[in-house]
Amino acid sequence: MKYLKHLTAAAAVALLSTAAGAATLDDVKSKGVLDCGVTTGLAGFAAPDDSGKWQGFDVDFCRAVSAAVFGNPDKVKYTPTTGKTRFTALQSGEVDLLARNTTWTFSRDVDLGFEFVGVNYYDGQGFMVRKDLGVKSATELDGATVCIQTGTTTELNLADYFRANNMSFSPVVIETNAEARANYEKGACDVYTTDRSGLAATRVVLPDPGAHVVLPEIISKEPLGPLVRHGDNQWGDIARWTLNALVTAEELGVTQANVDSMKSSKNPEVRRLLGSEGSLGEMLGLSKDWGYHVIKSVGNYSEIYERHIGANTPLGLARGVNALWTSGGILYSPPFR
Amino acid sequence: MAVEVESSPRTHWWNDERIRAILVQVLVVGLFAGFIWFIVDNTAINMEKRGLKAGFGFMDDIAGFQPTSPGFNITNFDVNISTHSEVFFLGLVNTLMIAAVGIVLATIVGFVFGVMRLSDNILIKFVAAVYVEGTRNIPLLLQILAWYLGVILAVFPAVRKSWDWGEVIFFNNRYIAFPSPIPQSGFWIFMASVAIAIVAVVFLRRWAHQRQDATGQQFPVFWASVAILIGLPTVVWFITGQPLAWDVPELKGFNYRGGGQLPASFLGMLFALTFYTGAFIAENVRAGIQSVSHGQTEAAYAVGLRPGTTTRLIIIPQALRVIVPPVTSQYLNLTKNSSLAIAIGYPDLVNIFTGISLNQTGNAVEIILMTMLVYLTISLLISAYMNWYNKRVALVER
Repeated sequence: MKYLKHLTAAAAVALLSTAAGAATLDDVKSKGVLDCGVTTGLAGFAAPDDSGKWQGFDVDFCRAVSAAVFGNPDKVKYTPTTGKTRFTALQSGEVDLLARNTTWTFSRDVDLGFEFVGVNYYDGQGFMVRKDLGVKSATELDGATVCIQTGTTTELNLADYFRANNMSFSPVVIETNAEARANYEKGACDVYTTDRSGLAATRVVLPDPGAHVVLPEIISKEPLGPLVRHGDNQWGDIARWTLNALVTAEELGVTQANVDSMKSSKNPEVRRLLGSEGSLGEMLGLSKDWGYHVIKSVGNYSEIYERHIGANTPLGLARGVNALWTSGGILYSPPFR
Repeated sequence: MAVEVESSPRTHWWNDERIRAILVQVLVVGLFAGFIWFIVDNTAINMEKRGLKAGFGFMDDIAGFQPTSPGFNITNFDVNISTHSEVFFLGLVNTLMIAAVGIVLATIVGFVFGVMRLSDNILIKFVAAVYVEGTRNIPLLLQILAWYLGVILAVFPAVRKSWDWGEVIFFNNRYIAFPSPIPQSGFWIFMASVAIAIVAVVFLRRWAHQRQDATGQQFPVFWASVAILIGLPTVVWFITGQPLAWDVPELKGFNYRGGGQLPASFLGMLFALTFYTGAFIAENVRAGIQSVSHGQTEAAYAVGLRPGTTTRLIIIPQALRVIVPPVTSQYLNLTKNSSLAIAIGYPDLVNIFTGISLNQTGNAVEIILMTMLVYLTISLLISAYMNWYNKRVALVER
C-alpha cells in the first residue's frame, strides 16, 4: 500500500510539471512571482549585493518584467544558473524567463526550442592576459593555456579562432566564472576568454586590475539577450515589448524621475507607451499602464546601463555599439503603435 | 509428519496463499512497468511539445571544441574532424584512467594505513588514526578543491619557473611534463625479452613450489625473479643498442612542447580520490586483520613460521575474506566519485560529454542516459570481477 502511495505521488508530481507548459502569463500570475534565471554571479550583470539582494543589468530586466506583469518590480524569484544548467532550467519550466547574458544563436533559437526576445547587450568575445606577458595581439597566443567557462559559445568560437589562425591551445574548462578566475589568477592559464563585458566584470574583481589587459581582438558576435520557451507567443511578446519599452523610453526621454509628469505628455507615442492613451497593455494581456510601471520601477535602458555597467561604475563599459541608433549605436526599438 | 497444503474445497482460490503471492507479484510488476511507461511517455510528449527532437544523430556531428590539451590527448582527438562520439570516447578513457590509477593507489594507501593503525608503536598508530578519521569525515568535493587550489595551484611554481628533475621532467602548476618514448628499430626484440623474462619467472615459481613440496628445500624465488626480470632485458637493451629515443619536453612560448603531460587537474583528482578512498579501505583492512583470531598467529609461531611469513600465509588470506566485499564498494565509490572532476576541470566523461556536448547539442535526455549507462556498466564490471576474486579467497569449507 505504501508502494502505491508513492506511485500516486510521483504521478501527481509528473502531471503538475506537464501542466506548467501552457500559458506562462497565467501561471506567473497565479504563482504571484516571476521565476527568473540569472547567472551565479557576474559583477554588474547579476550578483547579490552586501544585503543579499540581487542587483545588476540582467536583474533589472527581470524586475522590469515583474513590474509589467504585477505593477511591482520585487515579485521576482532569482534562480542562479550556470552556463551548463541554464537551458535545462528554462526548458523544464523551472524558470519562466532567462536573463543571463546569453548569446542569441541559430541553434539555440531553433534547435533548443527557445525564443530570444531581443538583444539587451551587443557583445563580442575577447581575451584577457597578464600585462607582463608582453602579448599585444591574440594572434600571438599560439600554444597558450586558456581558461574557459563551460557550456558557452566561447568554447566553439575559441576553437574556431585558433583553427582559422592555425594555432594550438590547451583548454582549462571550468564550470563557473569564479573558479575560472581563481585558475587565471594563480597562473594555471595564460589567457582568460569570455565576452568582453564579462572580461571587464572579471578584471575589476582581480586583486590588481591594472596588471591585466584585454586584447584588442573581438573574435565573435555575441548578441546577448533574454529568452523564453518557444511556443508561448503571448509570454514572448510581453518580454520582447518590455525590452522595447526600456529602449523606447530612452529614445523619448522618459526617465524614472519624470515618468509621472510624462504621463500627461502631448507626444502620442509617450502616451501610448505609458498607457495614457490606446490599449497596448490590454493587447498584451496586461494592465493599461504596464509601461508606466516598468519605467517607474527600473528606469529606461540608459538608466539601467549607467547604474550597473556604465562609465561611472567599476566596470566602466562605454555605450559603444549599445548606444541608441540616433547617437551612433545599433540599439533600435520598433515603434509603439 | 507431512503437512497437507492442498486447499480444501471450501476455500476460494483467492484465499490460496500461492495464487495470492503470484497475483501480488504480477500486480507489482504491472504497476512498475506502467510507471516506467508513464515516465517515458511523459518525457516524449513534453519533449515534443517543446519542439525537442530525440535521437542519436548528433553523435556524428563535428564537435567543434577542444576538450583537452594537446599534451594530454590519449585518443588523438582532432578538433578539425572529431565528432561528439569521439568526445564521448575521450571522456570515457579519461574516466577509466583516473579510476584505474586511483583504485591501485587507494588500495596501497589503504593497506599501509590499515596495518599502521594496528601497530604497537603509539606514534605510528596516532598518525594513521588522524589520517583516517580526518579524511573520512571531510566531504570529497572540499578535498578535491583543497588539493587543487590549496596544494597544486599554490605550491607548484608557474610554468616559466618550473621545477625540473634532471632537465627532463618538469613540474609546474599546470602539469607535469615528461619525456615520451619513441621506439626505434629493434625495440620489439627488447619487448620480447621482457615477455620471456616474465614467462621464465612464472615457470621458476612453479618449479620451486614443486621442489619444496617434494623435498622440503626452499629456493630464493623472490631474488631470483628480480634478477631475471631486470637482468635479461638489460642485457638485451645494450645488445640491441638502446632501441628507444625520447621526446623531451621543451619550453617554447607559453608552454612546454613535446613529450607527454599529466595535467594538474588529473593530479588533484588523483590525490583527493586516493586519500579519501584510501581512508575507507584502511578501515576495512583493519577490520579484516582484527577478525583473524590471535590464536592463528600463535599457532603459526608454534610450528616455526617467521612473523613475515605468518602475515603473508596465515593472516592475510583469512583477513581477505572480510576485506574484499567492503573494498569492492569502495572501488565503486571511487569510480563514481571521479565524476566530480568538473570542479577542477579534469576532462572526464561528465565534464566534457555530459557537460560540453550536452550544452552544445541540447540532447539532454540521450546524453544523460548514455552517461548513466556507462557508470552502471563500469560499476557492474568491477563488481563482477571482485565477486569472482571474493569467491577465490573465500573460505573453502570441506
